[in-house]
Amino acid sequence: MSELETAKQHDAPPAGKSPSHGHAVNFKSYLRRCLYIFVAVLCAISLMVFISYLPQSHYGWTAKVALILCVACVNAFLVAGFLMHLLSEKKLIYTLIGFTAFFFAGLMGLTVYAMQDMPHGTIYH
Amino acid sequence: MEIPYAVYPRPDTGIYNAKVGIWLFLASEVMLFGALFSAYVLIRVGAPPGEWPHGWQDVTLGTLNTVVLALSAITTLMAWVACKIRRFGQFRFFHACTLLLAATFMVIHLTEYHDDLTHYEIHLTNGRIADGHMLENNARENYVVIDGRYVNNEQDLIDLRGQKIHDTQIKIPRSEIKDMQNYGPWHNDYMALDFTMTGLHMLHVFAGSIVIGYLWLRGRKMWETDPEHFTNRVEVSGLFWHFVDLVWIFLFPVLYLM
Repeated sequence: MSELETAKQHDAPPAGKSPSHGHAVNFKSYLRRCLYIFVAVLCAISLMVFISYLPQSHYGWTAKVALILCVACVNAFLVAGFLMHLLSEKKLIYTLIGFTAFFFAGLMGLTVYAMQDMPHGTIYH
Repeated sequence: MEIPYAVYPRPDTGIYNAKVGIWLFLASEVMLFGALFSAYVLIRVGAPPGEWPHGWQDVTLGTLNTVVLALSAITTLMAWVACKIRRFGQFRFFHACTLLLAATFMVIHLTEYHDDLTHYEIHLTNGRIADGHMLENNARENYVVIDGRYVNNEQDLIDLRGQKIHDTQIKIPRSEIKDMQNYGPWHNDYMALDFTMTGLHMLHVFAGSIVIGYLWLRGRKMWETDPEHFTNRVEVSGLFWHFVDLVWIFLFPVLYLM
């Protein structure tokens, strides 16, 4: 959340008063932008629900799951990118997220690996 | 002793320390929920074909909860923007909206839990199964009454998608009951995962609500003494709230739609 820069310490306005300078912030335009994102999120939610109701006979289960997860990722991007302001964050935060993504991928990778590593004599249904 | 760089950015990182702190915390949270999601993948993929429940959750309520949480993410952001432009009144309004939406989310979710915990699968001595919501289960009476239906085997209860279920009131003598169990976390793997994942998420919503509620109730004093510090606290709590929303974005399709 670094897009809105407030004034520096020396020119921070007194509480309850609007700052005279240092705030190139248009509250209404920001509100409008938030509403656009909200509408996009609503569309993504509707799309996920719509895909889940597509007939199983025409669209395979795997395709439906893949599509739903894709839309969920787009939805997550909207929240993380715009609402959490990740699109304009500092390098340190990106580094931290990079490490998290690495370990998360490792966690999921180990899960997939474990599924192929069944003990000898396992009975499959 | 004053904590350094609690308000203004450290020159080397370009951000204040609390923000680094919350992102580190969120990283640990990703791993916590990641462990549960990986458990879900393992159990879901390992389930024999045709034995994973579908349509057990109310998609309408789930969708409503998703919209409620998405809206609360917007109001949280607007509360922070209001602090940035030094409008405390607007901050109070937007955070009041966030708190109301959080309460709505929790009430809807608790309704779903109540629905699960009063929903019973009753195995009868004749081999059939009665499935429905418990209406009367008095230990002194020799019968139970449910609002539900009879099915011939458990397979009929696995995939409820697209089924039009007509419930009727059924009175079952206790002598005909072999065993009965509600749809709590002990019911099967799906319900265990559902309660664990949504329960942990609900705890996060509750904790976030306490923090936001504290800032809303007791924030004026800090606002009057140090508005920038207060704004940072609102930002940090907002980041946590967005993360809670982010987790739900994946929980909803995984537990309600797949």
